[in-house]
Amino acid sequence: MAGVQNIQSRAELPPRRLFRLTNRRREALVGYLFLSPWLIGFLVFLAGPMVASLLLSFTQYKLITPPIWIGTANYQRMFSDDLFYRSLRVTSMYTLISVPLGIAAALGVALLLNQKIFARGVFRTVFYLPSIISGVAVAIVFAWIFNFKFGILNYFLSFLGISGPNWLGSPRWALWAFVLMSLWGIGGNTVIFLAALQGVPQELYEAAEIDGARAPVKFWRITVPMISPAILFTSILGIIGSFQTFTQAYILTNGGPANSTLFYLLYLYKNAFNWFEMGYASALAWVLFLIIMAWTLLFLRTSALWVHYEGGRDR
Amino acid sequence: MATQTLRRPRRSGRRVARDTLRSVVIHAVLIALGSVFVLPLLWTVVSSLKEPGAGIKFPPQFFPQTFMWGNYRRVFELIPFVTFFRNSVLITSISVVGELFSASLVAFAFARLRFPGRNFLFLLLLATMMIPYPVTMVPTFIMFKQLNLVNTYFPLILPPFFGPAFSIFLLRQFFLTINMELDEAAKVDGASEFRIYRQIILPLSKPALATVGIFSFMTYWNDFLTPLIYLSESSKYTLAVGIFYLRSFRGGNELAFQMAASVMFVAPCIIMFFIAQRFLVQGIVTTGLKG
Repeated sequence: MAGVQNIQSRAELPPRRLFRLTNRRREALVGYLFLSPWLIGFLVFLAGPMVASLLLSFTQYKLITPPIWIGTANYQRMFSDDLFYRSLRVTSMYTLISVPLGIAAALGVALLLNQKIFARGVFRTVFYLPSIISGVAVAIVFAWIFNFKFGILNYFLSFLGISGPNWLGSPRWALWAFVLMSLWGIGGNTVIFLAALQGVPQELYEAAEIDGARAPVKFWRITVPMISPAILFTSILGIIGSFQTFTQAYILTNGGPANSTLFYLLYLYKNAFNWFEMGYASALAWVLFLIIMAWTLLFLRTSALWVHYEGGRDR
Repeated sequence: MATQTLRRPRRSGRRVARDTLRSVVIHAVLIALGSVFVLPLLWTVVSSLKEPGAGIKFPPQFFPQTFMWGNYRRVFELIPFVTFFRNSVLITSISVVGELFSASLVAFAFARLRFPGRNFLFLLLLATMMIPYPVTMVPTFIMFKQLNLVNTYFPLILPPFFGPAFSIFLLRQFFLTINMELDEAAKVDGASEFRIYRQIILPLSKPALATVGIFSFMTYWNDFLTPLIYLSESSKYTLAVGIFYLRSFRGGNELAFQMAASVMFVAPCIIMFFIAQRFLVQGIVTTGLKG
């Protein structure tokens, strides 16, 4: 039987192979044709600008005169630039606080939504809806909510006997106002976690219960490992997004008071489009890129230690 | 199943009471938290109807005393709202069409066609999703400036036509779930790749296309940084930039007007959300879990 097949296919081999080769070449050509929007976009809007940005970072370029090669001077300038340090510190602090806090809050809400509850869809909508509202509208609304004297946040706090701080007007509290505002947008992550939680097999919990495991054990030994891919994903995207905070800062405080909310991208924007320091702005952009890359790689590399993939490591 | 039937007889009255208490607590916490989440939205809407000066009144009042529906009309008088709205609709719709078209073509190639370097290029695509926008922001601006396209819509509407990575990824994941035998059968019947894309894959992918379309609608409608960089003439502003500048227009720094403008700005997104909630949630889940 096998021999017959073999002979048959061998007999057909020469013409078929020729046809196949041209066919394959044609398919490759068609493939690249379909791919061409992205290939062109990759070259024109990504790879090209990235190389240009790297080159520009070694120049002084104020748009009106041609760029002047100044070597690593832009990078050296950062070491003595207080505002650079300030923006890096503001952004890092914000990231270190708002990303873990946001993920914990989103997970907490998702755990609640994953219980036996009435009207789960309604609650899910309630938590998700704020996250689709854009940064501009959120910033405009919260500018009034955070108002020291007339805002409703401090008004509600006064019912609890707390006299609220001058949120956006004091260097000590301004960044916390941004953290609070970011917590309002956890809905996207909540939906991701809820879906992940619903994918955890119930048998695991039932088996653990039979063994007498209590709630915290079940949470840390079953829930967290089972949803760790979602935690990894939301952490990485959270960090990337947080390092690029711009709109809220531009609208709410424009970096103030006393540069306490001078987010990195805001400082970069000011260099590029207010002061036309295109060279320095490019150097800042590359440093931001390296920071984000480092964080992403750190998470991906260490993920083998704490991320559990169902059905083996290499997925 | 077996454990359930085994356990049921052991459910004592005390256990039932404990479960009820637990359920009550969970609902109470959810309602409290949910109220905190709804409050800013509700406050925005009711504040849009307050009388002038309500924003600097102490103590602040949550509900307006009289409903000033005229605030909405005043916004139209204070800023060229219709122009901004039209600009936003124009830019957003062109961008969404461009993104759907280019992303679906590229995703089709990655999901259904075979060509050398496919896996490498796909990894490259995934890697580009990590690249922050600021890295390319400055040179792209210089490029458009050299082309004399600053203060036109081209810097905003051209990039979507060149395959945004995130949408490609999402569509590719969906296209992979469609049975490959459909392509084979069509090929046997002599259909070209473009015809397979057009007449088999696209019609079967309506939910995924809707998801991507809504996501990109929201992205472009809400985009603030790009129009801020490129548009200098106020008659060209999008709504996102326009409502920000409302406070610098004479008489615009008023709680009620800013809230009314914000409500009108986010309304299309909210309406779209309620129409397509199913797709949206599905889309987030796909990107979040299979990512």
